[in-house]
Amino acid sequence: MAGSSKHKITSPRWLLAELSYKCPLQCPYCSNPLDYAKYPDELATEDWKRVLTQARKMGAVQLGFSGGEPLTRQDLPELVRYARELGYYSNLITSGYGMTEQKIVELKEAGLDHIQVSIQSSSQELNDHLAGTQSYQHKQEVARLVKKHGYPMVLCVVIHRQNIHQMPQILEMAENLGADYLELANTQYYGWAHINRDALLPTQEQFIEAEKIAQAYKEKVAGKMKIYYVVPDFYEDRPKACMNGWGTTFLTIAPDGAALPCHSARELPGLDCPNVKDYSIEQIWNESKAFNFFRGAEWMQEPCQSCDEKHKDFGGCRCQAYLFNGDMYSTDPVCSKSPERYRVDAAIASAREAAQATEEKPLIFRNSKNSRQF
Amino acid sequence: MTINPSQTICFSPLHRLQWEETQQRHVILYPEGMVELNQSSAEILKLCDGSRNLAAIVAELEETFAVSGLTNDITNFLNVALQNGWIQQA
Repeated sequence: MAGSSKHKITSPRWLLAELSYKCPLQCPYCSNPLDYAKYPDELATEDWKRVLTQARKMGAVQLGFSGGEPLTRQDLPELVRYARELGYYSNLITSGYGMTEQKIVELKEAGLDHIQVSIQSSSQELNDHLAGTQSYQHKQEVARLVKKHGYPMVLCVVIHRQNIHQMPQILEMAENLGADYLELANTQYYGWAHINRDALLPTQEQFIEAEKIAQAYKEKVAGKMKIYYVVPDFYEDRPKACMNGWGTTFLTIAPDGAALPCHSARELPGLDCPNVKDYSIEQIWNESKAFNFFRGAEWMQEPCQSCDEKHKDFGGCRCQAYLFNGDMYSTDPVCSKSPERYRVDAAIASAREAAQATEEKPLIFRNSKNSRQF
Repeated sequence: MTINPSQTICFSPLHRLQWEETQQRHVILYPEGMVELNQSSAEILKLCDGSRNLAAIVAELEETFAVSGLTNDITNFLNVALQNGWIQQA
């Protein structure tokens, strides 16, 4: 395979198995690629088993079954059982749609460790609007069943301008449902969230207010419910240490078998992401062009190259640099040292203007019809 | 939240303690996260099986490793473990 690395390569720890792009929900901030409809192929059960075996041998231990909606795969219990035998810690990342009590029990018996349920809002009306389906009541029921059957439960709520005002109610809902962890994931603006950014990005005042409420609640529920707060990087002045460094920790396998250094990497040009049908995980991780592309620091431009923080944040996110600057080698524009920071400020200003407008632009929902336009 | 010396200590059913061959160490696994343990922390946690209280854990480790005076170190670590939710007391 093309590419070789001069860097010391660490072994993967996290395997994200995106089992399918099929999803009954239509969330307008979905992290799947806009053009997911171009990739209808799905790996066979035997392919997934081979991937799980090879990645585990290399040191992967955290495993996320994700999608789309992973419950659309009929072989999910079989894959969960196989993963447990290999010693993975298995996380099911689901909308809850299509989940039944029988399935929750079946997956528990197969060895599933944890179920993360996502809820779009603390109110039925907004949840069902954002999800594009009537799913609120069922999600609440699934969250209760997850606890009833002894799983640790993570409730994930993606935060954006349409629901950020519900922060107090969201926190209360999570506590009432008995969540062990609440993930308040401020929207990351890739994929579908990128094209809906004007309608989704909260103002700085909204962020500050919501964070204050969440931090105060953290103390109230200490020892009972842990709150993970995924920061909104647009309002930071340093970029996130994306993926803990490219090709150091995370390995994503897309539904069709494409191996990605991060789940948005499909959007970057010229990576030639390898497919698990053609190569082993070891070849992909160690030798492929895609996984070596941004390893180390040699690829960096200024101001990253001479920056004393480059080993802390690795220049930030490559996908964000590409989306804003059109140059995936450039400094993440979130960084105040980046000459392109004005682009992020312009995005913030544009969203503020949209928030103040009398009529809001309609959201573009994530579905196959819309996907085929990209 | 601190360790009650009279109660037994058990490992949390919401976490998993596991030996990782590639890392050559024990880790604690929980939803979307992992803590890498040094050897002494792992030895302490392995004894948190619901049958021993603090004194019993100290006595067993002091005997196994033929040392004395471990009470403070073990108590401090178990307090941290309790606050992180890795262990429980009934």
